[in-house]
Amino acid sequence: MLLLTHVLDTIRGFAIMNKSAPLKISKGQSLWAITLTRLFKNKLAIVAFSVIILLILMAIFAPVITSFDPNRINLSNKFQKPDDIHRLGTDDFGRDVLTRLIYGTRASLLVGLASTGISVTIGVTLGALSGYYGGWIDNLVMRLVDIFMCFPFFLMAIVLASILGPSIYTVMIVSGILSWPSLARMVRAEVLALKKREFIEAARALGLNVSSIIISHILPNVFSVIIVYATLGIAGGILGEAGLSYLGLGVKQPQPSWGNMLSAAQNMSSLMFYPWLWIPPGIMIFLTTLSINIFGDALRDALDPKQKK
Amino acid sequence: MENKDLLLQVKDLKVHFPIKEGLFSKVSAYVKAVDGVSFDLYRGETLGLVGESGCGKTTTGKSILRLNPYAAGQVLFEGVDILKLDKNQMRPYRREMQLIFQDPYSSLNPRLTVGEIVGEPLEVHNIATGQEKEARVRRLLEAVGLSPYHGKRYPHEFSGGQRQRIGIARALALNPKLIVCDEPVSALDVSIQSQILNLLKELQEEFQLTYLFIAHGLAVVKHISDRVGVMYLGRLVEICDSQELYKNPLHPYTQALMSAIPNPDPTVKSERIILEGDVPSPINPPAGCPFHTRCSQAFDLCYQQAPQMQDMGQGHQVSCHLYKQESSNKN
Repeated sequence: MLLLTHVLDTIRGFAIMNKSAPLKISKGQSLWAITLTRLFKNKLAIVAFSVIILLILMAIFAPVITSFDPNRINLSNKFQKPDDIHRLGTDDFGRDVLTRLIYGTRASLLVGLASTGISVTIGVTLGALSGYYGGWIDNLVMRLVDIFMCFPFFLMAIVLASILGPSIYTVMIVSGILSWPSLARMVRAEVLALKKREFIEAARALGLNVSSIIISHILPNVFSVIIVYATLGIAGGILGEAGLSYLGLGVKQPQPSWGNMLSAAQNMSSLMFYPWLWIPPGIMIFLTTLSINIFGDALRDALDPKQKK
Repeated sequence: MENKDLLLQVKDLKVHFPIKEGLFSKVSAYVKAVDGVSFDLYRGETLGLVGESGCGKTTTGKSILRLNPYAAGQVLFEGVDILKLDKNQMRPYRREMQLIFQDPYSSLNPRLTVGEIVGEPLEVHNIATGQEKEARVRRLLEAVGLSPYHGKRYPHEFSGGQRQRIGIARALALNPKLIVCDEPVSALDVSIQSQILNLLKELQEEFQLTYLFIAHGLAVVKHISDRVGVMYLGRLVEICDSQELYKNPLHPYTQALMSAIPNPDPTVKSERIILEGDVPSPINPPAGCPFHTRCSQAFDLCYQQAPQMQDMGQGHQVSCHLYKQESSNKN
């Protein structure tokens, strides 16, 4: 809690500093700086951002926070109620639930980040090429997008995951490969609009080649779309991981993840008598996706050029 | 005019945009945006290009800079036909000709600082980097009436007129010989317009520039041009000395345009020629003279045959059947 307030204070201080900066500053304020100022005026966004930062810290410093080994089985100690030693009790193998929850953050965040990384890479590349070149390239990419969008996400994910075999990498690849089409479409639309702007024509008149026009003039202007998508995409990746792991196609036991913790608690006795097995991971999934979505929404609002200050 | 040397020669420039239809992008028709435009541009002069919206003046300007993939005909820049050059051969010519845009809000990349925008041409063409580049950018900003410290700011922190100055600085960065000004003042306030026009004039003297000045109002063109070309439906209908054009417009279309210039003196009753109807579609331009559908003086020859450009003396060229006899009498 102390950490949270500290983070809040720092961010608030930064926001105030920026706000009260007089107009006399000789250095210009970039659109990014304006976005940040606007973003940190949104209190809900600050809370959501702090939660995300806490989760990241939790994932990085997992061994420091908890002294238990997440995979150490102690059958004599199974189904312990939460107490002073095992703050969230133990599971059916006697493993500490809190420890597994903290280590599970790693799996979830990794999957969220990696799958978003994959889908952003594919989506931005194809979307930008398709929008800039048009013609048959555009046709090809957009038909590919149409095909990908025809399949329901989970059906495809289950098929792919059963072909590749369950592992954390499978989850990353599956949700990465299945989620790029919508980004490709958004990027393409942005590029189509940008291509008609005169500064692109100016760049062509200067003799810039296509790749440097795309990289230095188009992509920075599409970045706002990408960053909002990526933020929301991380939440999607985490949910996808939870879903696939719950179905036994995701992160494999004994490696802990929120999804397979839920999956392990999927029986009548756990549901009725050991709520500490499934409530905490449920809350974590809920809290994480909620924070990321709130933050993503705030980011979208802050990046909206129509909104002044 | 005789001892001036030729910088740019446009010969029979045609830009026909294909209209693609259906699944296999079959070309169903062409938009004849520019249909046989020829003119000469001498070193150090300003040629104004006027005409109403959609007459192809911007397309002409952009085709000269090779920004238009459908351009056909010849564009001779210092004797070299640049329409036939490939991308690498074109590169040195990019340094020689630049463009100033109409909309100062869309012509600057909002994510870059002004210094980066103005300095980019220098880096792209390996002219200057680092300290030297910054020094040059500062000089360019001063040349267009901005302060060197503006280089650290972003485009959204400037007004329309200031942004246009930034655009001009970018065009000047490569020290080009030819600048195509594509309606550089039509998006600005009237008070700012004259500032920018005067700036362009000053820069022309300072940097020995040649302008192709595209505009849709004759008043603006009068202020800056040495010669003026009038375009209608993708063709040049009249081209001559600026003073001559305002004193003695020959083509009926030019006369109509002239009568539309407002006169500040309320006691002078000017007679306005109101053109009837709309501009015909450039997809299917009328046979004969393209202007015959709206011309009050059209006669039967105008419906059958397209007029050729003819010299009426002192470089006053007009493309109209009305003057056929006169010119043949003279010869």
